[in-house]
This record gives sequence, C-alpha cells and structure tokens, in this order.
Amino acid sequence: MQNNQENALEARDISFRYDKKSPWILEGYNLKLSVRERTALVGPSGCGKSTLSKLLSGYERPEKGEILWKGEPLPKTGYCPVQMIGQHPEQAVNPRWKMEKILRECWDPEEELLEKMGIEKEWMKRWPIELSGGELQRFCIGRALGPKTEFLICDEISTMLDVITQAQIWQVLLEEAEKRKMGMLVITHNRSLAERVCNRIVEF
Amino acid sequence: MNKKMDKFWNRKRKTCFVIGVAGAYLILVLAAGLWMSPERYGVDYNAKFTAPCLAHPFGTDQMGRDMFFRSVKGLSNSILIGILASSVSSFIALVFGVTAAIKGGKADGFVNWCVDVCMGIPHLVLLILISFMMGRGGKGVMTAVALTHWPELTRLVRAEVLQIRSAPYVKASYRMGKTRFQAAKEHMIPQVLPVYLIGVVLLFPHAIMHEAAITFLGFGFSAEVPAIGVILSESMKHIATGKWWMAVFPGLMLLLAVVLFDLIGENLKRLLHPNSGNE
Repeated sequence: MQNNQENALEARDISFRYDKKSPWILEGYNLKLSVRERTALVGPSGCGKSTLSKLLSGYERPEKGEILWKGEPLPKTGYCPVQMIGQHPEQAVNPRWKMEKILRECWDPEEELLEKMGIEKEWMKRWPIELSGGELQRFCIGRALGPKTEFLICDEISTMLDVITQAQIWQVLLEEAEKRKMGMLVITHNRSLAERVCNRIVEF
Repeated sequence: MNKKMDKFWNRKRKTCFVIGVAGAYLILVLAAGLWMSPERYGVDYNAKFTAPCLAHPFGTDQMGRDMFFRSVKGLSNSILIGILASSVSSFIALVFGVTAAIKGGKADGFVNWCVDVCMGIPHLVLLILISFMMGRGGKGVMTAVALTHWPELTRLVRAEVLQIRSAPYVKASYRMGKTRFQAAKEHMIPQVLPVYLIGVVLLFPHAIMHEAAITFLGFGFSAEVPAIGVILSESMKHIATGKWWMAVFPGLMLLLAVVLFDLIGENLKRLLHPNSGNE
C-alpha cells in the first residue's frame, strides 16, 4: 500500500502506435510518478512526449501494457484524477461556448483562484475567438484544477505565453500543487524552466 | 435618429430580417397554391393570349388560363416537392453520414462508395432514369428528386461528425467525467445540427430546379398539372410568336424562389457559424 502511494501514476511496459501499420512510438516504456514530486520530462521534438502524456491521462489507450493509478487501472469513465493541459488551448475549448461555461464545465473555481490566474471578469462573457492563446490557456488551466484532480500533466503549457505571464501561471500552479499535494508531470523543452519548477528531471 | 437606426439594424437583426421576409414569401406562395381553387386557373377560351393587364397580371396562355394563378400553383407544387425531397434526402444523409463517421471501416467505405457512385452519374440523367422507371408523373418526379439529393449532405454530415468526435475539447470533456450522452448533447449536436439544417435549406433550391428541369424535359408531371416546368416548356412553343409573358413571369418566379431559398441558407449559415454569428 505504501508503495502504491509512492508511485501514484505508473506506466508499466506500455507500447503504443497510432494505427496498426505505423511504427511504434513507445515500446515497453516504464515510468513511475509520485504525487509528492514534480517531474519534468525533457527530450527532443517528436520523440513521443505528448503521446506519453495522452496515454497517462487516458486520452489514448496503450496497445500493450497498462497505466496504473494508485495500483488500479486508470478509470475509463467518470472524472479522471489525472488531468492534462495541452499545448493548443484554442483547440481545447468549444468555440460555441462562452468562456464562463467553458471554465465551469465540471467545477466552480473560486474568485480568488481566478484572480491569481489573472483571469479578468469581463472575459467571462466573451467567446473563445475573442481571446488570445495565452488568455485561453489560463481558462484551460483553471478548468483542469478541479477538486478531484490529483495529478496534473502539463504538456508544453507555457510556450505561447510571454515571460511575465509564464512566471505568474507557474507560481499559481506550484502553489496549488503544494496546497493540495498534487503531483505534476511537466513536459517542456525549456531546461531552465524544468529545473526551476520540478524536483526531478527525466530524460526521455 | 440615423445613428439609432444603425445601432438597431446590426448584422444579426438584418440577417434575421432577411430570413423572415424570404421565409414569409415562400410560405405565402405555398399556402396560396395549396388552398387555391382550380377555377382560378381554369380554361377560358374568350381570353386566349391576353397580354399582361390588370385582370391577368401575368397574361393568359393558349387556352385562356390565367398565368399568375398557374404560376403560383406551379411554384407551390415545386416547393412541396422541395420539402419532400429535402426531408427524405436529409434523412438518408443523416443516417449514412453518422453511421459512416461512427462505425468507420467497412461501413465508412460502403457509404463513401455509394456517394461516389451517385455523384459519378450526371445528376439529370439519374433523375430522368428514376423518374422514367417509376412511370413519370408526380410519383416519378417525387421519387427521383427525393432519392438523388443526399450525397453532398452525407459527405458534409460525415466530415462534421468525424471532426467533432476527435476534437480535443470533446475528449477533454470525457476525461472530465462527462458521459457519451452528455457530450453528444452539449458538444456534438450543437455543432452538427446547424450544418445539417443549412444543408437541408440549401438542398431546397436544387430540388426545385431539378423538379422544373425534368418536367421541362417531359419526364415529369403531365401537361395538365400546373407545374413550373410544364408551363415553361409550353411557353417555349409560343415564345417565337411574341408571347413573351408566358415564359418571363413564371421563369422569374422560379428564379426568385430559388434565390430566396439560397439567401435563407446563406444567412442561416452566417447566423449559426460561431466565427460570424456574434458580430
């Protein structure tokens, strides 16, 4: 049991490819992640980091091997305790919904958090096309920080942000992670960011 | 005052207004034709070939039938066929499109093959073949027009469903604990339905034109039925002798109806598309 707590999220011997004819993207890959630490995953472009994050958060299923959450297979239905924030916020929001509805799709973030994230009240009444990528990304992060989120996967979430906003967002994320003992997997090309934010670095 | 008017007539209101007016005209024509007594366009040999005047605004034909009422009745028939064709074709398109997108694999291949086959044959030839097979007349026209307008819409529905199924925000919605039903209700239907409805409305002008075309060519309604195609093909015989009104007015009415349906479709598109809907 102790061991399960330590390795909250685990990829065990997973192999994955997008269809039967394409080459393997991951083959027999193993990774153990704890909720107590923040792990950075660094590696060259196109080596499968994003694919791995999709597998770990249940967007895709591995062809072989399994993803374990606290010793059990990752739940297929219901709220997934492992949430992923992607690198394209404009694709991750429904263009037909107003920002308020998008943000509150599954939980009601409190004012304080929104303020810290730098989400302004007047944005709530706007449509996604009326906001910039960075502004949308804050909504995506806010949306993923629901109370049932126990592990957060950040796949290049800050590449489209300016440096000041990056700092602001990471500060909020780190604070939240500390507060609720939430584990994180940070995928980035930025080594200094990885060193700054995480306490463990994994080379892909 | 002028500024106030400008503010009131924003694009959304203008678009709704255009849709309303066009829709009202078409419904009026349909209703007028449905409840018109046949005497209104009855034969009257005392009034053969009357040029347009107050009593007969569109003139009369070789049997003294009033062209205005005949045209309205004819157009009303055309709209009726349009409604029928659109509902049948759009139903086929919906079933085929959704099945192809969700089942994939062989079902997808089969549907695409059907679409290609149907689109590969010249549309008019297909219409004539089906109409002829069904024994011409009203039944022939209706079957032909209803059964041949689904391929484009099928492609549209299939593409739309495929796209939304793999949209990151729908996948994210599943991961946030939404069930398939909730995701379909909240994300998919609001996305696919407008495209589908616009497709249905834009199908109308096609159906009406094709109905008129096969009737004009003599594979559709018989001569005594007031249909735009029949009227136009008859008037061709008399146009050389200067009876211009027999062709011009029914032709203009057909054109107007087609343009108005197209206008409704285009405006609906603008209204329902997220990138232009809120301007």
